[in-house]
Amino acid sequence: MSNANRVVITGLGIWSCLGKDLKEVEASLRAGKSGIGFDQARKDMGYRSALTGVVPMPDLKEKLTRRQRVMMAEECFYAYAAAEQAFAQAGIDMGFLEKNEVGILFGNDSSAKAVMESIDTVRRKNDTTLLGSGAIFQSMNCTVTMNLSTIFKLRGVNFTISGACASGSHSIGMGYLLIKQGLQKMVLCGGAQEVNEYAFGSFDGIGAFSIQEAEPAKASKPFDKNRDGLVPSGGAAALVLESLESALERGANILGELTGYGFSSNGAHISDPDLDGQLRALNMALNMAGVQADAIDYVNAHATATPVGDSIEAQAIDAVFGVRKPYVSSTKSMTGHECWMAGASEVVYSMLMMHGDFIAPNINFATPDEASAKLNIAAQMVEHRFDTFLSNSFGFGGTNSALIIKRYVA
Amino acid sequence: MSTTTLREEIIAKTRNFLVEEFEVDGSTIQDDAPLKETLGLDSLDYVDLVVVIEENFGIKLGAEDFQKVVTFRDFYDHIEQRIGPNA
Repeated sequence: MSNANRVVITGLGIWSCLGKDLKEVEASLRAGKSGIGFDQARKDMGYRSALTGVVPMPDLKEKLTRRQRVMMAEECFYAYAAAEQAFAQAGIDMGFLEKNEVGILFGNDSSAKAVMESIDTVRRKNDTTLLGSGAIFQSMNCTVTMNLSTIFKLRGVNFTISGACASGSHSIGMGYLLIKQGLQKMVLCGGAQEVNEYAFGSFDGIGAFSIQEAEPAKASKPFDKNRDGLVPSGGAAALVLESLESALERGANILGELTGYGFSSNGAHISDPDLDGQLRALNMALNMAGVQADAIDYVNAHATATPVGDSIEAQAIDAVFGVRKPYVSSTKSMTGHECWMAGASEVVYSMLMMHGDFIAPNINFATPDEASAKLNIAAQMVEHRFDTFLSNSFGFGGTNSALIIKRYVA
Repeated sequence: MSTTTLREEIIAKTRNFLVEEFEVDGSTIQDDAPLKETLGLDSLDYVDLVVVIEENFGIKLGAEDFQKVVTFRDFYDHIEQRIGPNA
């Protein structure tokens, strides 16, 4: 692959329960601050668990026209806010976007609120015209890429990746491959996740969520022996990926280099994780990056705090990285599981750590179990300079993704 | 309810939803002003207009109704005709 383009990151954006921009989120990560709260509306609706990431809605009235906003589902508002930050950090303005072929790939796997509200309306009115003009554009899984490509006038690759809880990670991986192969110079990648009472009802229904509601900030316990399930959350994260050549031509500030993307499918159970599938993704990422396991300084784990999921991932991390034992943490201990967005947001969180020389804590990790005892889990924030990290994302259907990113060296 | 009162009610409701939901500058809503140009309506906006009219007046307007409407006065006339005592 010597003729392949190097792929770098030049812009980051985030809107999550940890903060509304990079600065706020970095402060939360350092402080080990949880973004989880209790939503009575879910309890009233019949949820087992009313725990959720608490994510504010961006006010975009001054930034976007009514026509633009009418087309946008909830997750698009978060994605716009994150994309705006990422483009700003990358030094990309509308003039650049109008003159250059910039693509967009976002992870998103539902737009439940828009769908449910439309169904409610059509059942009440028996008339589809009364759904209004925005319903179709809000209801499709590709609502984020449809809307952002229109708003930012993007003219490159344009589609949504629906890969369950690995969607955001795969979007970065696919953007990476397109740039590496010379098919795109710049792609806005990311993930978005709606946060509302319609989005998670069916997920809650299978008993996947933590019911430790008394202390919301302590409910998400990845890798801890007493974990009892995940806490759903959301928002959006965005990254500007571009070829090294493009970044150098523009004189852009290079934040990191993406060197490996491993993907695999378990070909097994629809909801159970699989050690072999995860190992194949991890090893593929390492092979693509051309590094040995000991090159990885930090692993941002997928670990959602489900009993089986964390255990299998701990075994996979131990099998690959067991000798050197790099720091491991699951930022989901603070954010909850940001689902379709998680693979992208966790790269943003890890980038903030790499630039800030710290490892964000895996809060609520008090008692290891047999598998997690073998890992070097950062239960407290650690001041630590590191150069290379790996970010894991696994999803229902047995889809696995692993990304390797390193500090840029010319 | 007198005819004058009904008309005033139609005008007030229309102004309210156009300002609130269509984010139109209220001062541009004048009886003789052209509805389509003043609101800058495209084909998708007409769909949303049908929705707010149904929500506010309980009637559904179709494309043929809008063909008869040029000014805001025409619009008020049309609504009054559809929901007034002679409807």
